Amino acid sequence: MAHDTPPLHLAVALDGAGRHPASWRDPSAAAGELFTPGYWTALVAEAQSGTLDFVTFEDRLTLQSTRPDGPDGRADQVRGTLAALPLAARTAPATSHVGLVPAVTVTHTEPFHTSRAVATLDFVAGGRAGWCAQVARRPEEAGHFDPRLRPAGEPTGPAEAWAEAADYVEVVRRLWDSWEDDAEIRDPATGRYLDADRLHRVGFRGRWFSVEGPSVTPRPPQGQPPVCALADTEEALRFAAASADVVFVTPHSPQEARDLVARVREEQRAVDRAGETVHVFADLAVALDAEPGQAARRLAALDALDASPPDDGAALFAGTPAQLADRLALWADAGLTGFRLRPVVLPYDLRQITRSLVQLLRARGAFRADYEASTLRGLLGLARPANRYARTDWRSS
Amino acid sequence: MNRPRRRIRLGAFYPGTNSTAVWSDPAWHDYMEFGSFVHLARTAEHAGFDFFFLAEALRLREQHGRVYERDVAGRPDNVTMLAALAAVTEHIGLVATVNSTFNEPYEVARQFATLDQLTCGRAGWNVVTSWERFVGENFRRGGFLAQEQRYERARLFLDAALGLMRSWRPGDVVADRRAGRFLRDPRAGAFEHHDAQFDIAGRFNVPCGPQGVPVIFQAGGSEQGREFAAATADVIFGMYSDTAEKKRFYADVKARLPRYGRTADSLLVMPASTFALGETEAEAQEAARVVRRLQIDGASAIRFLEQLWNRDLSGYDPEGPLPAIDPALDADGVASRLASVRHYPDRMATAAQWRALAEAGKLSIRDLVIEVTGRQTFIGTPASVAAQMAELVDQDACDGFVMVPHLVPGGLDEFADNVLPLLQERGLVRTGYEGATLRENLGLPACDPTFTVRRATFAEP
Repeated sequence: MAHDTPPLHLAVALDGAGRHPASWRDPSAAAGELFTPGYWTALVAEAQSGTLDFVTFEDRLTLQSTRPDGPDGRADQVRGTLAALPLAARTAPATSHVGLVPAVTVTHTEPFHTSRAVATLDFVAGGRAGWCAQVARRPEEAGHFDPRLRPAGEPTGPAEAWAEAADYVEVVRRLWDSWEDDAEIRDPATGRYLDADRLHRVGFRGRWFSVEGPSVTPRPPQGQPPVCALADTEEALRFAAASADVVFVTPHSPQEARDLVARVREEQRAVDRAGETVHVFADLAVALDAEPGQAARRLAALDALDASPPDDGAALFAGTPAQLADRLALWADAGLTGFRLRPVVLPYDLRQITRSLVQLLRARGAFRADYEASTLRGLLGLARPANRYARTDWRSS
Repeated sequence: MNRPRRRIRLGAFYPGTNSTAVWSDPAWHDYMEFGSFVHLARTAEHAGFDFFFLAEALRLREQHGRVYERDVAGRPDNVTMLAALAAVTEHIGLVATVNSTFNEPYEVARQFATLDQLTCGRAGWNVVTSWERFVGENFRRGGFLAQEQRYERARLFLDAALGLMRSWRPGDVVADRRAGRFLRDPRAGAFEHHDAQFDIAGRFNVPCGPQGVPVIFQAGGSEQGREFAAATADVIFGMYSDTAEKKRFYADVKARLPRYGRTADSLLVMPASTFALGETEAEAQEAARVVRRLQIDGASAIRFLEQLWNRDLSGYDPEGPLPAIDPALDADGVASRLASVRHYPDRMATAAQWRALAEAGKLSIRDLVIEVTGRQTFIGTPASVAAQMAELVDQDACDGFVMVPHLVPGGLDEFADNVLPLLQERGLVRTGYEGATLRENLGLPACDPTFTVRRATFAEP
């Protein structure tokens, strides 16, 4: 089966002590170190040791809560989230190949800042940056920002929020291209450091914001760092299919996976992106132990401590690495190009992925034995894109 | 008078926001390459500098509707860059300039709380404002801020951002597995802030780092700027070249501190300083002259003059005399789109001064610009530069210096190799870091006296 399907892509989602609300209470967890740089550097290095494509860093502009309508006042779960962009940058010098994909909430941030921060991450990581665009989903987030930040007001619902996100990604992408790769000429003969003809205003005028440009940061090494998005609602899926390079979906069966992939492809066609490579990864929470039944027992022990349901939409798998390898192969047949695994406990389940699952997949020829590229686009099979503003005709003439 | 000589505080500036940088030098390396930042930061750390500093610009400067081509441009996002540098340095403070006009307190507080965690207590924040509509065109609100409101905005922004960071206390994260208690206080992060600029409330979501809040830097030379710094900052730059002016500035800002319940050692004066070294005084003078001529070529001189004249002067010969025509005083002139670092409150008066100077010295436009933009702060042999630095600190002209090299990435090498050992021999610069945090290494009072835990008291829903 594995021989006639292309190799899988594998990512892991890093958040706090793991995906389970009681993960921090697991004896293997490093609950006291969640806000230290060493904890995160070790996790990312572990992911790289398994030749994973990339890690995602969750982020949010609110305190975690089990209530949909505001803070829950609980002190028995992980609370607090380091800003994902600088966190990703902190892990870059200690790693060399794994992609670094921080989440960014677009609703109350500036596209101009996000564009240059992701570009900077790409510079410090030597072409390994991506980012995951998300919108505000919790009502209390708006109260954290002065209402005057948004002259056009708050989005009135998910459709508007995702429409703004589409504008935001468009602006970020244009800003990355606002410097041609060779804009910095450093020509002492003419005293010119830049060639102004190779710098471009982006001139974006939208309903939610306008951005003039050019960026103050040169085009990043990858040209366009990959944009990712979680498509767990219809509005999010339409956005992701139109704007992202990697779409995370949350199927709970192979049939759902097949349907979701079909929906993404359909939306791609609707916006004339059928010819572009858009990855569709399934999110899957995983608890792994080599001994049959052990992962389920571990999970039950955690559930006994805290049974609050996670809100990320991902299906949950508890079993042996071999069973998971079978599951991934089966689901991949539904047209998925990869998986983002959410370790139930960090670093325990991440190590099960990098040290067992990956070996099994390699033995089946379903996963890379070594990194074949040094950039994230390279790992994802995405060519370095041409600059939308570059004129190719006049300079040679 | 036999008091012990005071230690010199040192910062290292990554050049490239103005014409100080001499990119045409063959020793100049790729500006955006991570290795260039690593080289300069590590050089400074090995030499015992207190901090590494990144400036900021949020719009490329333009001239006549085109991006200005002659200066170094293209910069990283500061917090992202410093977070990466935290991985390759151990002791040196990492200071990011972050604008308070085109940001929100919640986001900036998150960035600095995170940076302080990721650097284990080495974060600093240089708070700046901009009011230019030209810069605002890159942001959601556009150029919303009136120039006269800039200090109010900065003060309220800082107040709000520090309030957010202080909504978590050291020890709020207990992570007691057995007791099932992650937070000591379930209300950690609760905040409320209502004033003329910000109307925000809720829960801040980054536990404070080892310093609680970052070390605060301010440029502020104006009356309002000095007062703002006296009330809130830990380090102020000051921008005077003349020793007597430096001393007046030093005495002035230190005298303002008691009003805010602060002692003289709680605000450090560290002017940005340039240097030219040589094996002999004559060699150093020649090196200084060469660098100044490289920094200000003819076109740069014309552009500099246009900032004051507020007119298109491209037809003038930089090696010829100053324009006979007066500066334009309209607000929408050439200068409004230059996004320049300089602003002239009285263009006519400054023009008159410059004309007098040019006439007296028979200076061309280029000579004059070289003259008014200042020669290097320190010129001489390593021994003489070390002595000049020590004397300024000893005379209460400042507490230290932010050294601005003109080359990337090797611009500090010569200074670190030749001047630093002399300062270390005299016990004026550390040979090993004594503290764990930037605040400790700068010798700032251990606890910010204005620090009070402010936690909003509204009830949980």
